[in-house]
Amino acid sequence: MSVQEKHEGKPVLPRPVFEADECKSCGRCVAACPKRCLRLSSRLNSRGVKPAEYVGEDCAGCAICFYNCPEPYVITIEKP
Amino acid sequence: MTQKKTVGMYESFTRSGRPSRATHYCAGCGHGIIHKLIAEAMVELGLQDRTIIVNPIGCGVFGYYYWDCGNVGAAHGRAPAIGTAINRMRRDAVVISYQGDGDLGAIGFNNTFQAASRGEHMAVFFVNNAIYGMTGGQMAPTTLEGMKTTTSPFGRDPLTAGYPLHVCEVLNQLKAPVYIERVSVADTKRIMQARRAVHRALEIQRDGKGYAFVEFISPCPTNMGLDSVKAALFCMAEMEKEYPLGCVRDRSATALARAPHAPAPSVEAFFQQSEQHQAPAEEVDASFKEQRLKFTGYGGQGILSLGICVAEAARLEKRFTTWFPSYGPEQRGGSAACSVVISGRPVGSPAVDHPDVLVCMNQPSYERFAHDVRPGGTVIVDATVPLMEKAPEGVRVISMPAIDLSLKLGVPQAANTMMLAALAQLEVTGLKREHLLEALDASFRKKPALIEKNRLLFNEAVAWMEKNL
Repeated sequence: MSVQEKHEGKPVLPRPVFEADECKSCGRCVAACPKRCLRLSSRLNSRGVKPAEYVGEDCAGCAICFYNCPEPYVITIEKP
Repeated sequence: MTQKKTVGMYESFTRSGRPSRATHYCAGCGHGIIHKLIAEAMVELGLQDRTIIVNPIGCGVFGYYYWDCGNVGAAHGRAPAIGTAINRMRRDAVVISYQGDGDLGAIGFNNTFQAASRGEHMAVFFVNNAIYGMTGGQMAPTTLEGMKTTTSPFGRDPLTAGYPLHVCEVLNQLKAPVYIERVSVADTKRIMQARRAVHRALEIQRDGKGYAFVEFISPCPTNMGLDSVKAALFCMAEMEKEYPLGCVRDRSATALARAPHAPAPSVEAFFQQSEQHQAPAEEVDASFKEQRLKFTGYGGQGILSLGICVAEAARLEKRFTTWFPSYGPEQRGGSAACSVVISGRPVGSPAVDHPDVLVCMNQPSYERFAHDVRPGGTVIVDATVPLMEKAPEGVRVISMPAIDLSLKLGVPQAANTMMLAALAQLEVTGLKREHLLEALDASFRKKPALIEKNRLLFNEAVAWMEKNL
């Protein structure tokens, strides 16, 4: 599992959690995020593509990335 | 706490051996987005246990590996027919047909059109990406004018390839559909509109209100030759020019829920309804010699009726019997034949290749079938047939003026009754004359005036035979 590592203790802000190995790097979530807090990683996942990842702390938990993602399990939205 | 995650789909997909958490779709494909919307609506409306999704041929073929509900795979384009069948058999089921533009708009368009016209209770989700994805990017009915595909390398030319097919608008000509909407999954706003449309279509199924059709404009980055984001932009900039988004029809507020299901009649009740009067059941009788009869002539001479009459007499006599017709497409004048088997045990095959008794009412049938008669058998042939062919060895040939006699007696349609009399007089059926007469009467049950007349003709024919044979 390459779920994004949790912050120490409980998360206090909403955030997207990625199953990075299932991401196909289509970039739909990156383009759709209204807060511009997603990007394609610079490293490769086990599929050999650059998975989307969360940067920063701006996530509002709107789940827009979730609905734009064509994959069922790449993105889940966690909220405190 | 997880706030948003995929529901209504299997935890992992075991499509090709190793379980996977990813679909088989290319990066950026619209199918996955639509799959999630359908699964979500199905769960949110509490329909998961009642839903049966009919999967197409095309990229969407593997839906049954993903959706956690009932799934069926249909032959190419036939999802509406399968959906109809499920609909008729399982009225509690929520039927979803999931199809692409090749499946729904090309090979299966008539299925789609007729199911919509019948107002079948199903939600049809139509994924329009303007191209054949699975087979490698060929031109589809929905391909845009001028759009390059592998089979339209210079762009789709309407002069030779026609115009893009507007399925929503075509279906909107029909009376029955309750809901028709075209949506897109190209950006967030559009996906949310698509989400509402999916919910609406499934609510209509939940409430049993009828046919709902949702078309999705969906990107195919691979075959459009664009990256995921640009393919989505192409959907918005180009495809929406040809296929405007929006609700074409929504009659869900006024559509009536379907009536409760009346139980199907039992087989027994069905037969009791039929006009066949009750006859005693067959009895096994090893001593009865099986009789195989063939009746042949032109259509319109009463060949098939004569066979039915003999079979009915056998039924009255508690014999096992079959009646097996064979005739050309012509209602009158073509060749007609039927085979009747009368037996003391259950009949294995109703086909008669080598009859014991052959009745011929015209020349071609005599020439065709006379040589098939078993040695010791009988051929009754109408006197109008010239016996150019020699009858086979050991076969008795009786020339009977059935047509002339019936003409002379003023009932030209009754030549077959004359032949029935000949069968009775020659005692070749193994049946009693009283049963043959009772069956003759029964065949005119709807025209009682003819019963006496046919009895009279029957007796005239018997008299002729007594005098001349």
